[in-house]
Amino acid sequence: MNRNEIKEIVNNFLIEDIEVEADALKDEAFLKEDLGIDSLDFVDIVVVVEQNFGFKIKPEEMTNVKTLSQFYDYIEGRIKAT
Amino acid sequence: MKRVVITGIGIHSCIGTNVEEVRESLYAGKCGIGIDPARTEYGYRSPLTGIVPRPELKGTLSRRQRICLPEEGEYAYVATEQALKDAGIDMDYLENNETGILYGNDSSSKAVIESHEICVEKKDTTLLGSGAIFQSMNSTVTMNLSTIFKLRGINMTISAACSSGSHTIGLGTMFIRLGLQDMIVCGGAQETNYLSMASFDGLNAFSTRVDEPLKSSRPFDKNRDGLVPSGGAATLILEEYEHAMKRGATIYGEIIGYGFSSNGAHISQPSDRGSAMAMERALADAGLKPSDIDYINAHATSTVIGDSYEAMAIDRLFGAYKTPVSSTKGMTGHECWMAGASEIVYTLLMMKHSFIAPNINLEEPDDISKNLNIIAKTLDKKLDICLSNSFGFGGTNSALILKKI
Repeated sequence: MNRNEIKEIVNNFLIEDIEVEADALKDEAFLKEDLGIDSLDFVDIVVVVEQNFGFKIKPEEMTNVKTLSQFYDYIEGRIKAT
Repeated sequence: MKRVVITGIGIHSCIGTNVEEVRESLYAGKCGIGIDPARTEYGYRSPLTGIVPRPELKGTLSRRQRICLPEEGEYAYVATEQALKDAGIDMDYLENNETGILYGNDSSSKAVIESHEICVEKKDTTLLGSGAIFQSMNSTVTMNLSTIFKLRGINMTISAACSSGSHTIGLGTMFIRLGLQDMIVCGGAQETNYLSMASFDGLNAFSTRVDEPLKSSRPFDKNRDGLVPSGGAATLILEEYEHAMKRGATIYGEIIGYGFSSNGAHISQPSDRGSAMAMERALADAGLKPSDIDYINAHATSTVIGDSYEAMAIDRLFGAYKTPVSSTKGMTGHECWMAGASEIVYTLLMMKHSFIAPNINLEEPDDISKNLNIIAKTLDKKLDICLSNSFGFGGTNSALILKKI
């Protein structure tokens, strides 16, 4: 799975499941401040990541993930590691 | 003591999803019962249930609001939206005036069972999602509605089995009488999914007249064979009388009597003594005699034993006056946690439009109910003072008296 495919899947579930505005999905967007993703939303992101990519997010690995671009990086890294 | 009136009503049920539809169904004697095939597949004795449409809330509520709402919470939301609008209350009012919420609910089975199924499959609680806890708790309706409508007054759920909705209105009345609140959102909600009623079905309490769903719920009839579960939600806006007058609100009626009792006996069997005590207390609270009551909306659910005990109690108190009685559950089925609230909505509609809704399917009263003046066909009649009964498992009884003003 390449970077663009990952971006497409992530953006799709952020729009469909988390109901983030499509226009706000820019690489440099901050998950919390710009996309409005709060701690409860993150619980749901764990679920949709597991449904879409087949692995579970480890909370301790997410501490440095602040922007959407970093989130794509994290997903990409996890896929490559498996 | 302050006076308490009802200034708004809303309902989402198997006989209509707004007040006007429900009024038409009540007058026409229209039944909302049908078959749910999923129940047969799941192992129910009876697939009969009230057929309640699920509201579509996408576009109305945010994702966060929707994923915290279980089925009964969705019903409660739409009923409350209707009731607040009916009372002339908007978000601006709610943000600037303290309003409470007391709502009846006694289960949220689907959310609990579905969480269990995910854990069994995934072995990981982090995959339950963020809405599961808020959907699973008994207080799900009040926690969700208080958040959605920005309510800042008394906020709690009343769980009292099939009298939950009625006690909610009684307790709301007490809060307002004492001057603690000017306005309280009261009501009752009941889930209707097949996961929610399996254990009740297992008690052999449900009608199995599957070849005639529209005739399956037959309160007081000699040939009744059990209740039919149903649900939805009903909301009433309780308001202090002077407060309502100052707002120029439309008043449906005044709550003048609340009576309660506990049987202190069998966990599932009702008691004529306990039922009568609740009615006597409501009469005493209202300062009335039995002869003052124009109509009784009976709890009667269509079970063999329950209807008989209530008939005995009504006959003992009201037999000499041949007070008109009907149970609306022939049309609605037993709306359980919601019933005590929805039946106040039904009774208010009868008072407003001067009719008694029929006790449908009463073809031949049994030996006890033949002593009562049961209204089997719609009767046009002016109603000024009405009594509504609600009884629940564990012997929790509630009776409310309404007066037209």
